[in-house]
Amino acid sequence: MIALLASILAITLRAGTSLIYATIGEIYTERSGILNLGLEGMMLMGAVSAFATVYYTGSLLLALLVAMLTGIILSSIHAFLSITMRANQVVSGLSITLFGTGFASFLGQRLGPESNGHYLIGLIGNKFTPVKIPFLSDLPVLGALFNQDILTYIVYLIIPAAWFFMYKTRAGLNLRAVGESPQTADAMGINVFKVRYIYTILGGTLVALGGAHLSLSYAPGWTDNITGGRGWIVIALVIFSMWNPSRAIWGALLFGGINAIQFRLQATGTTISAPLLNMLPYIVTIVVLVLMTWVETMNKKVGAPAALAVPYMRGEK
Amino acid sequence: MKKALVVFIAVLFILPVALFAGGAKEQGAAASGGAEKFKVAFIYIGLPGDLGWTFEQDQGRKMIEEQLGDKVETTFVENVPEGPDASRIIRQYAQKGYNMIFATSFGYMDPMVEVAAEFPNVYFEHCSGYKTADNMATYFGRMYQARYLSGLVAGKAIGQGESIGYVAAFPIPEVVRGINAFTIGVRKVNPTATVKVVWTNTWYDPVKEREAAVALLDSGVKLIAQHQDTTEPQKAAQERGLVSVGYDSDMGKFVGDSVLVSPKWHWGSYFVKTVQDAINGTWKTHSYWGGLKDGVVQLSDFSPKVSQEVKDLVGAEQKKIIDGSWDVFWGPVKGQDGKVVVADGSKMADGDMLGMNFLVEGVVGSLGN
Repeated sequence: MIALLASILAITLRAGTSLIYATIGEIYTERSGILNLGLEGMMLMGAVSAFATVYYTGSLLLALLVAMLTGIILSSIHAFLSITMRANQVVSGLSITLFGTGFASFLGQRLGPESNGHYLIGLIGNKFTPVKIPFLSDLPVLGALFNQDILTYIVYLIIPAAWFFMYKTRAGLNLRAVGESPQTADAMGINVFKVRYIYTILGGTLVALGGAHLSLSYAPGWTDNITGGRGWIVIALVIFSMWNPSRAIWGALLFGGINAIQFRLQATGTTISAPLLNMLPYIVTIVVLVLMTWVETMNKKVGAPAALAVPYMRGEK
Repeated sequence: MKKALVVFIAVLFILPVALFAGGAKEQGAAASGGAEKFKVAFIYIGLPGDLGWTFEQDQGRKMIEEQLGDKVETTFVENVPEGPDASRIIRQYAQKGYNMIFATSFGYMDPMVEVAAEFPNVYFEHCSGYKTADNMATYFGRMYQARYLSGLVAGKAIGQGESIGYVAAFPIPEVVRGINAFTIGVRKVNPTATVKVVWTNTWYDPVKEREAAVALLDSGVKLIAQHQDTTEPQKAAQERGLVSVGYDSDMGKFVGDSVLVSPKWHWGSYFVKTVQDAINGTWKTHSYWGGLKDGVVQLSDFSPKVSQEVKDLVGAEQKKIIDGSWDVFWGPVKGQDGKVVVADGSKMADGDMLGMNFLVEGVVGSLGN
């Protein structure tokens, strides 16, 4: 039983890592009032660029940097279109997803070595491996927390840091103000455009890192559509977490955990219908989402930034 | 001014989207010159570089080009989603004057039936379905025969009574047949072994398929087999220092010696024959279901980890299947509950095999019905 719990916890954390990166990134972007639906495409681009880099250079650090750069480029496009050009954010985000999905697949067929028909698929590169933390990793069950790869350890730090920054610092207050009421923020002397640019690009960087975790650690290597729709799940998880970074972890772990548990249930030879079990992570996410939104509405504090997806122009009411 | 800039940026942005969206990329020679060439188009569900299902279909396409040379011209389109988009793309090739179209996934069946009715002079070949028309044939292979042989290898690779994990795709007859044939093979050489089944309800989701394999490995299985088109379950087994059995193509080539053997597809000889028939005008609609005998399904080369004794055993069993003196689902076959499904001395009919919806003795898992 202890071994089972430990294995579920371990896989949940590993599965949740990429989701947490992307969720926190998107929370920051949306808090500034910009909706980025390009997550799926950005995660895929992050994954393919990271793997291509690690395959040729062997450097995991460089791979992370390249993935971050990819995220910066793609989110800059989105920022330019939705902040400067005040384009429809849904359309801009969706086209980034379309573009990213197609282009990542294209790169996966062109960046590989000639010996593999220029495909990246099927190649083996360096990858992040679990690093045991002495003593702590020997704990029963909880030891699984301390036998993870570096990217997961970083998550342990990012979550409290992201929460602290958003709620306990002046910059975090400015960020929230811009997302709630850009006019007021502007009147107070906050540069709305700058703030939105910064957090859209920061968010995109984290999203691309989430993609890189997939191709460098979770399922090392490149395969077409490696995200399998995780970018869309993240959008649900952002709502689930009510735009609060500290809650992001629960959504990601719930989704990853139920997936891990349902496969383990199947492995015990249960007679529960497999398609039903496969649907569980999605069903639970939706149900909890609805319940939480309902509870929050009761408390009159729905977390969506009031100016989300609304373009801002100075002097307009 | 600003408006013009918006339009410019929109165009700049949409252009690559239009070029790469959906990944539906066409390849092959342009349809110029050589008007008398027989033109063949392939509709792929994935990429020829997926190392699995589409890779093997594409190998078959290449064999058509090699063997029929100047007489034919082939092309393919990849990443075509099953559904309405498929009928649009199939129709497009029929309109462009292609003489024969291969649709290589189950979900293309209804779209193809629809288009086939509109173009009576075009030959249509659909893989793994059951609907045919005067100008539309269906083709598939008796993969269960090769699965059985791979089961023998797997059963010998684990200790007596140990268990094997099977990462399964969808609970449909094709997959069920594979699980059953594999299990029969395992239990022939290892009578108390069990095969644990976990369903992913995916054909191609690398992360999910890995998670399913890890769940099985955590439950203590000693070997992994699979039905999906990614190599992730094989890699997951390798990372635990365990061995596995591949599928679709020779997965050992991509993963390493830990893949003992892979039952694999080899479409080339069938493709060449059916295209040749169409060129000669002797093509008739058919439901092709070839096996080890025709070479449509095969075993890949063995990993060096497989002993000569096991290879000889597999060779002997393969010979029996090829010369027709025995087949996998000849009685006695027992269901999961131990009841006899196929009596001793009787043979399961093709129709029953194509609709198989029970699991055999030794399988741990359920079909969810």
